[in-house]
Amino acid sequence: MKRNQITTTIKYFIAILISIIWILPFLGIVMTSIRPLQEVIYGWWNLKPFTPSMVNYINAWNHPTAPLSQGTFNSLLVALPSTLIPILAASLAAYGFARFRLSLLTSLFILVIILMALPQQMIAIPIFQLMKNLNLLNTYTGLILIHSAWGMPWIIFFLRNFFITLPIEIEESAKIDGASDFVVFSRIILPISWPALISSIVLQFMWVWSDFFLALILVYTPGKLLATQRIPLMRGQYHVDWGVLTAASIVSMIAPLFIFAFLQKYYIKGLVGWTTK
Amino acid sequence: MGLFHHRKRRKSLKTILHQLAFFLPALILMIIFLLYPVLNTLLMSFVSEDHQFVFLDNYKKVLSSKDVINQKGFTQGFPMGALPHNFLWILIHLPFTTFLGLVLAVLFKDLKYNFIFKSSIFLGMVTPMVIGGVILRFIYEKEVGIINAILELLGFQAFTWTAYPETALLSLIFGSVWLWTGFSMIIYSSGLGNIPKEYYEAAALDGATPFVIFFRITIPLLKQMTVVVITMTILWELKIFDLVYVATMGGPGGASNVMALQMYFYAFRQFNFQNASVIATLLMLLTLFVTIPLIKSSLGEER
Repeated sequence: MKRNQITTTIKYFIAILISIIWILPFLGIVMTSIRPLQEVIYGWWNLKPFTPSMVNYINAWNHPTAPLSQGTFNSLLVALPSTLIPILAASLAAYGFARFRLSLLTSLFILVIILMALPQQMIAIPIFQLMKNLNLLNTYTGLILIHSAWGMPWIIFFLRNFFITLPIEIEESAKIDGASDFVVFSRIILPISWPALISSIVLQFMWVWSDFFLALILVYTPGKLLATQRIPLMRGQYHVDWGVLTAASIVSMIAPLFIFAFLQKYYIKGLVGWTTK
Repeated sequence: MGLFHHRKRRKSLKTILHQLAFFLPALILMIIFLLYPVLNTLLMSFVSEDHQFVFLDNYKKVLSSKDVINQKGFTQGFPMGALPHNFLWILIHLPFTTFLGLVLAVLFKDLKYNFIFKSSIFLGMVTPMVIGGVILRFIYEKEVGIINAILELLGFQAFTWTAYPETALLSLIFGSVWLWTGFSMIIYSSGLGNIPKEYYEAAALDGATPFVIFFRITIPLLKQMTVVVITMTILWELKIFDLVYVATMGGPGGASNVMALQMYFYAFRQFNFQNASVIATLLMLLTLFVTIPLIKSSLGEER
């Protein structure tokens, strides 16, 4: 028993130590963001003097060339539809993949998995040209369409894997009573699938919010830039203004942090979804 | 359950059309914005600037470019070129994150309040990679960076790690270990939760040491998790872009350049769409190769 207690104590000690090491960089940007630059220029861990203020946050929010207020608003404007559209379309297709017996479905599903692994660079030039021809370059409509298509394969994959695990009996009996496939899907399947739907919403939102590459190539007018695009612009002209840069970083992390704090269970289920059958 | 399958009548045309409609919205979006662009990029990689079919000429050009593979670099140090840099990323980052994630998952498993430990490791996964890049610059910086402060305490000279060719790439790779370890930890944690307690109790009764239990029971039972962790991690390492863009922009002098960034330079800085398509296609081939086990396992379970 004694030996067990010692092992447990050592385990806690190592766990706490590692967690502190892991948190340290985040602590660093928080400490830098709430203090004037001259206080942290030789290390944020020097606490004398320590004068916390919100000045860096206000400066980042109202930045003269790349205000984060506008960036945050723009990011939300893109992220919300880019989350809902693919989930509506993908849940329909995922149900089809899970339940229908049509020829070609297996090959189509292989295509979906292949598209899931694609690097964004593989579509970059053609979508740039396509958006230019459609007059959608530098518009959120264009970016939302690409995000919707980009998120589709993995949401289909994830939801299809979830739908397969549902018991088929209810659907069968509803069909015998004359319900169409669509009625079965919208009245029976969707209501019992909300945990999986929330998981896909959470993950897709996180990815769209964090996206940088697609926004970088499709949106370029200063007023339209998203939050992630504005952060590299806040570096400052002659020296790096760490106060503003770290404050902006923290503001852009608020949305993902909130989601992680309150919907952690669904977020992790979504990630682990890769492993389930 | 089987009964209903036997009773199923042949489908009417109306049913088939009705069922096809389920796929329509998703298919339309994927064909226009994914499939067509992929085929277009593939085609572009095989033609010259004036639309002549040149087959592999562009590939030869790109693979002999110093930006992509720099043979001098292998003997004289960085830059070694974008492609070897990605491989180096895999070589270092993959074993570190995979193993560290597993060890942490095992360590945290039976501790009380372990969600605090798990969350602090997982924070890096929640961080957008653009911000990850800012933080890496920050911790490696000569004056404000904490890594240099610790090194100075130990008597070493402080310098900005990301600003020198010798250290730029390696500091980003190790920084990305810090950001990504949460992924393998969380996947392994959920895998550990599925292993029945009896296995461990039986092994303990037989007098197996924790070391033996770890290698003989835990690791073999997590095989499926390991496939997923390795696949997703390699995909992440091949596609890495934002982090490098923000932290070093591939510099200094290409010393931390990677494939995805090189594609961006070719396409949107030099407007050389042929070379850019070649890089993109090479990247896609690598990702496809990595995904094969995942495709096999998701089709295998269907039968």
